[in-house]
Amino acid sequence: MEIFVQQLINGLTLGSIYGLIAIGYTMVFGIIGMVNFAHGDVFMVSAFIALICFLLVTTVLGITSIFLALAIVLVVAMFFTSLLNWAIERVAYRPLRGSFRLAPMISAIGMSIFLANFVQVTQGPRNKPVPPMITDVIVLMDSGSYQVTLAWKQVIIMVVTAALLGGFWYLVQKTSLGRAQRACEQDRKMAALLGINVDHTISLTFVIGAALAAVAGTLYLMYYGVANFADGFVPGVKAFTAAVLGGIGSLPGAVLGGLLIGLIETFWSAYFSIEYKDVAAFSILAITLIFMPQGLLGRPEVEKV
Amino acid sequence: MATSPATGLPRWEADPILIVEHLFMRFGGLIAVNDLSFKVGRGDITALIGPNGAGKTTVFNCITGFYKPSEGRLILAKGRAPTPDEIAEVTRIGERSLTGRDAGVYLLERMPDYLVSGEAHVARTFQNIRLFTGMTVLENLMVAQHNALMAASGYSLKGLFGLPGWTKAQRAATEKAKYWLDKVGLTDRADDPAGDLPYGAQRRLEIARAMCSEPILLCLDEPAAGLNPRESLELNTLLRAIRAEHGTSILLIEHDMSVVMEISDHVVVLDYGTKISDGTPEAVKNDPRVIAAYLGVDEDAIEEVEAELHTESSAPGASA
Amino acid sequence: MAVQTADTAAPAAPAAGSPSLLGHAFKDALITGLIALGLFGPLIGFETVIIDGALGLAYRPSLLAIMVGIVFVGRLLLNLTLWSPNRRPSTRTGPSVFDRIGTAVGPGVKPALLAFAVVFPFLSTFLLGGLNESRYLIDLGILILTYVMLGWGLNIVVGLAGLLDLGYVAFYAVGAYTYALLATSAPINDFFAGLFGATFWANWAFWICLPMAGVFAGVWGMILGFPVLRLRGDYLAIVTLAFGEIIRLVLINWVDFTNGGAGIASIPRATFFGIPFNAGPDGFAALFGLPFNPMHRIVFLYFVILALALLTAFVTVRLRRLPVGRAWEALREDEIACRSLGINTTTTKLSAFATGAMFGGFAGCFFAVRAGFVSPESFTFDVSAMILAIVVLGGMGSQIGVAVAAAVMMGGMEMLRNLGFLKQIFGNDFDPSLYRMLIFGFAMVAIMVWKPRGLVSTRDPTIFLKERKAVSGDLVKEGHG
Repeated sequence: MEIFVQQLINGLTLGSIYGLIAIGYTMVFGIIGMVNFAHGDVFMVSAFIALICFLLVTTVLGITSIFLALAIVLVVAMFFTSLLNWAIERVAYRPLRGSFRLAPMISAIGMSIFLANFVQVTQGPRNKPVPPMITDVIVLMDSGSYQVTLAWKQVIIMVVTAALLGGFWYLVQKTSLGRAQRACEQDRKMAALLGINVDHTISLTFVIGAALAAVAGTLYLMYYGVANFADGFVPGVKAFTAAVLGGIGSLPGAVLGGLLIGLIETFWSAYFSIEYKDVAAFSILAITLIFMPQGLLGRPEVEKV
Repeated sequence: MATSPATGLPRWEADPILIVEHLFMRFGGLIAVNDLSFKVGRGDITALIGPNGAGKTTVFNCITGFYKPSEGRLILAKGRAPTPDEIAEVTRIGERSLTGRDAGVYLLERMPDYLVSGEAHVARTFQNIRLFTGMTVLENLMVAQHNALMAASGYSLKGLFGLPGWTKAQRAATEKAKYWLDKVGLTDRADDPAGDLPYGAQRRLEIARAMCSEPILLCLDEPAAGLNPRESLELNTLLRAIRAEHGTSILLIEHDMSVVMEISDHVVVLDYGTKISDGTPEAVKNDPRVIAAYLGVDEDAIEEVEAELHTESSAPGASA
Repeated sequence: MAVQTADTAAPAAPAAGSPSLLGHAFKDALITGLIALGLFGPLIGFETVIIDGALGLAYRPSLLAIMVGIVFVGRLLLNLTLWSPNRRPSTRTGPSVFDRIGTAVGPGVKPALLAFAVVFPFLSTFLLGGLNESRYLIDLGILILTYVMLGWGLNIVVGLAGLLDLGYVAFYAVGAYTYALLATSAPINDFFAGLFGATFWANWAFWICLPMAGVFAGVWGMILGFPVLRLRGDYLAIVTLAFGEIIRLVLINWVDFTNGGAGIASIPRATFFGIPFNAGPDGFAALFGLPFNPMHRIVFLYFVILALALLTAFVTVRLRRLPVGRAWEALREDEIACRSLGINTTTTKLSAFATGAMFGGFAGCFFAVRAGFVSPESFTFDVSAMILAIVVLGGMGSQIGVAVAAAVMMGGMEMLRNLGFLKQIFGNDFDPSLYRMLIFGFAMVAIMVWKPRGLVSTRDPTIFLKERKAVSGDLVKEGHG
């Protein structure tokens, strides 16, 4: 029981991070119908930006309040990651819009390889550990032999995720940007004819996706205390799995999928085998796509003849 | 023409090639086809007409296996009209079909789309033309003979080694393609990509391609859409020739009333997924329900309205 | 934003006013430079270094300034030359230069390339003055031909049938592990030792396993293909990617069977149809009266992979002209129309998948015998990406394009290993091989932006009545599955 509750907490924490990344996949797929292969690597780059910013803030500026430092890091990482994703869309995807269907996908794969190796070349291949931050925990249950704990950083992750999702939800549902976005999803040509700046809307989608990925990157860095150039691909695939599981194109679906994938991964590792946890994630991806391609909250596709 | 001399019954009653029985098609809460029954006569040209959204294309998709009907039975009779016993037998045993030497009964609702074409020999065209645009005209016609050629190529084994049986079959298939190219007047363009053809030629090619698969029933979804009057006439001639020379029965969806009234032997009218009229063109034309539901007003009135619209649309230009 | 300004403002900019033009170009370049500063700033300007076990920062302001400067100057020059509004826009339509070259010299290119491939080992030996000196070139030739073969194999799936497969490396791995496991299996060795002599299995394993590797990979293609072929487009790509990764992860984790991440070593070498390449009295050199040279084996391997690649090409060309090949292409063009013509799309897709996988399996078996060692490391997603990039760069469906693309990409990647002279410029810490994948990734993006349809985009019809006319790439569809 105690182990179960502990895994539940850990799973929800991990799931929050996946959910944040998954939104980037689901929004981009929704609006331009492409799987942004580079998104996982954008997330990885954001973790590095957060790492560098954190070091700057704590060592050079000498800020000692960890919460202030985290807030600054979050904002800076969101800014630079958004800029990066904006530039990626502008350089690697926009020229290919409306061309050959495979081209943006290959371009995205190339961009993913480029980003991972760019970080490897500029920051080196080794793991970059940060000193543990916020180590306090709340003991929820104590059975003598096993303590169920809720770390403060887990609380931070869940609170930040929930707050940002709330704000983001408002943005997409209630503002004109959100309307433009949904219009572009439905019919890009028609939206353009009605005076919506499609390029702008798509750019903004990439920017928002990157900002959320940067939040995920910062939280990931805080939680695991390590950054590595190779840590983009697998979390990226898992977040994509989350997006697919939730129903690609659906925002609540992405979050739900993220939480589910986080839970499945932690429970699988705890009860079955930690070696095969990635196999589990990939299998879920394949099984979902094969048997339930519309996901949990997505709309089924009707074949037009 | 449409009546059988022996019985005095219309041909679609005496010798039907397709019997649609109590067809229902639901999409979620929407009922696109509601308890539709009709028969298509062997050797007839049958038109399925109705206002936009009446469910005509849905019926086509059910017949050709692209949709699985929610309910209903679709009986295709090869060779001769089936006896009620035969129909009951094939329905009871749960097989897709019951075939003899020169006759066969196929239950189309039980067959996946490719078998409807491959085994039951029902071919179709599409409202929005679906050619293999990146392949040449000739290649399009060769693909249509896939199943026959596949068997002749020994499922690629004989073909891989270029054995004589295969080369002969390939030559025969090319001859057949040439015949149909000639029929639709596209011999000169045989080696051009299908996507390069003008619209009318693409429509003809799609019909030729369907005919290359040797159908006994040819389903045409708005074959005259987008054609100019001359091309429309050519289409009538082509369809008549197909029926006369190959004995292929034709079922078509059409909006162009001149085509429908000119060439069909039998007209079925659909509105909101139900049949509102069924009979010879003459009978349907004078059916008050058709006039009410389909035309609303008579043709002269339509022409008047169109003339009015025309003057209106040119008027602002004049005043400005 | 800056980029956009340049594009939209270009036609409106006055052609006459050169000062304003210069100013405009300068301003645009400045904004681009600022963006570059934002992009490069964090990761190039700072380096995270571990000092005494703790993480600290090092600063690289000069490198950052150089990078931003390059972007600024490059953009400025481009604004003034290629992207200048004064420049007449090129109104080139119709087939590209490559297509025109392709049609012009088309008939001669294939035999010429083939002849070159056949004489290549002798040519390089002759030019470099000896077998041992040409080892590097012949190895490179083997590498390129392996990727040509993989590209042609994947071309059947992606280029002809229009099915996007991102897990092709899985079949390469199946082929390699089939040979590695069978050839190093002690029970099989003992079994044949009892029948035909102690060295039989070591000498014949490759030739017996080669077809088996192809068959296994083909069967795996069907097993993996069957559930996924209902999926369309990107979904199919993702599932195949997932399968590729699952196979690799299983290879790593199933230690009892595959020896895990350590891989399988000492796999028997290739033999000249049972005659080993060794210095002994029964060896190849002794039997053919040649002085023993380990290069004999390498040259032989070169011809083995050449033959395998040509087999792939031959089978593909033949299949294209058969109903099954035409059905593949028709499937790529319009799946629904295929079904309306009685084509069973499931079996057609499966046959494409299995055929492509089979050639991947052959190539994998060859990889194992050439390297003598296999490990899951060799079968990462990067390899799938590379093969796919070769197919797309070559022009989907074009055999000659794929071959050229494989030579360019693999040759280019290999050249990056040899940029040792750059050390003299950038200092000894500079390791050019680190930049291989970086440049590869960048090149993939650049090539897609430059030529999304690949080098050869026209399609060769499979049958004709009077005249063979190439089909323009604009009409050829790319498939939805």
